[in-house]
Amino acid sequence: MSALTVSGLCKSFGGLHVTNDVTLNVELGERRLIIGPNGAGKTTLFNLITGELTPDSGLITLFGEDITRVPSRRRPHMGMARTYQIITLFPHDTIIHNVSLALLGLSPMRWNPLIDMRRQSHIVERGREALARVGLGHIADRPLAQTSYGERRRVEIAMALAQNPKLLLLDEPFAGLSIDERRDVHQLLLGIPRDVTMVMIEHNMDVALEFAERITLLHFGEVIVEGTRAEVVADPRTREVYLGH
Amino acid sequence: MSTRLIALAVAFVALFTVPYWMPGVYYVNVASQILFYAVFALGLNVLVGYAGLVSLGHAGLFGIAAYATGYMLQNGFGHVPAILVALVLGLVAMAIYAVLSLRSTGIGFIMITLAIGEILWGLAYRWISMTGGDNGISLHGRPAPFGIDVNTANGFYYMTLVVFLAAVLSVAIFVRSPLGAALKGTRDQPRRMNALGYHVWAIRFWACLFSGLLTAVSGILFVYYTQFISPQTLALTSSAEVLLMVISGGAGTLLGPIVGAGVVVVVKSVVSGFITRWNFLLGAIFVAIVILMPEGLVPGSARLWRLFWRKAGQRSAKAEAKP
Repeated sequence: MSALTVSGLCKSFGGLHVTNDVTLNVELGERRLIIGPNGAGKTTLFNLITGELTPDSGLITLFGEDITRVPSRRRPHMGMARTYQIITLFPHDTIIHNVSLALLGLSPMRWNPLIDMRRQSHIVERGREALARVGLGHIADRPLAQTSYGERRRVEIAMALAQNPKLLLLDEPFAGLSIDERRDVHQLLLGIPRDVTMVMIEHNMDVALEFAERITLLHFGEVIVEGTRAEVVADPRTREVYLGH
Repeated sequence: MSTRLIALAVAFVALFTVPYWMPGVYYVNVASQILFYAVFALGLNVLVGYAGLVSLGHAGLFGIAAYATGYMLQNGFGHVPAILVALVLGLVAMAIYAVLSLRSTGIGFIMITLAIGEILWGLAYRWISMTGGDNGISLHGRPAPFGIDVNTANGFYYMTLVVFLAAVLSVAIFVRSPLGAALKGTRDQPRRMNALGYHVWAIRFWACLFSGLLTAVSGILFVYYTQFISPQTLALTSSAEVLLMVISGGAGTLLGPIVGAGVVVVVKSVVSGFITRWNFLLGAIFVAIVILMPEGLVPGSARLWRLFWRKAGQRSAKAEAKP
């Protein structure tokens, strides 16, 4: 069984075919990298997989189950989590509150209007554990407004990890990070156990290539090349479209 | 924490002794008005402050509850069925509001709530067999909860105070709850909330119902207070007035709507006795608030207070350093 399959997926905005007959098969536990020049339709593909966009045609399955018509809000409950390329956090709250919201999203407790959220120690403790995993345990109670860009990137990842996903979609997790921060995030991603399948969009080739087992190259919404790391890097079309030499 | 407890205790004592230190019955009635308008503003604040959804049609809901009470009493029903029907009708009306207006947020939400509010105002004006049109509906007498007479100003004040405290408590509990946290999340990052597994629409819908319940409660208190309801109550100016209470006091805070209700009611009823152009004064106050404390009176005062103490702290530190 595959963790994620996408077959014949199409999405157009007007006359622009942003996703054009894309077919992907990500095995359980695989580390897949999706590359492609700007405007290749990488983030659109993520938005289709998470259900934030509805495909015009095609099929998406998650662990063998057809999720093409499943509302996007249900998909986290089925084991899918994502991070955003443009940081999308709750700016007025503390770091721990951000992560607590991620945990609460999967708990039936989210409908409870009577109990005190801050006293739900199991949620807060699990939030702190997730923050410790990304190395932010010591500043958990800091307001988000007082954090650096690199820290916010890690909060994004902590929120996704807190949901204990089986499929993790990472949209440019290294974007805007310093070399040191990049190394930290890289170590963090390498430490994620194999029962989590990961699909990553990334431009930063030095760290991304090390991470990936298989690579998919998108160009103008189509899959141009797909294969193992060595195959894709060696393919002349990759050099032509992406590496530019 | 202890200063907070002291402040809370002082507020309680002050509220419960209002009839003893107010200069007259008239002012006790003004206090009652502040309290039930505060319940109204608290209800609207659930949407404006915590959900980020600005409604300009809440006077319609307020009016539905008030008219329902008046109509039931006029037709010979008792107070208990009248109040229950008013609450249920208020909630049903809010559910319809929500289904229609939650299709959008921002300006779209404002416009749809405004339109529904205007339709309800038109109905109150034109459906004469039901509402009495411009003549409105007059009530005769107030209920006597648990045998307590509330026909006096003091009696009514205490009843309103109890309802008001229950409303404040319910909002305070809601805001701290997981559902309250989720609601604030949908205000700040609806897309993210959806991706985290929350049903954004449903969360907003429940918030609407909570807001509608408080609004209906205040509408019932209003009609028992004035013993009269006419289409004027449902007009756009009423919706705008309660929105001003929320915004001037501080949207998204617990105390803000209460302070805002105090300011508006005091200017409208007390100051208008001394100044003919009280509308002008109210306008000037709002302009001053917008310029000096755009976040509202409560958060604005808190900011100035902190600033003052920090400045004072620096000054004393300097004074100590000098010799």
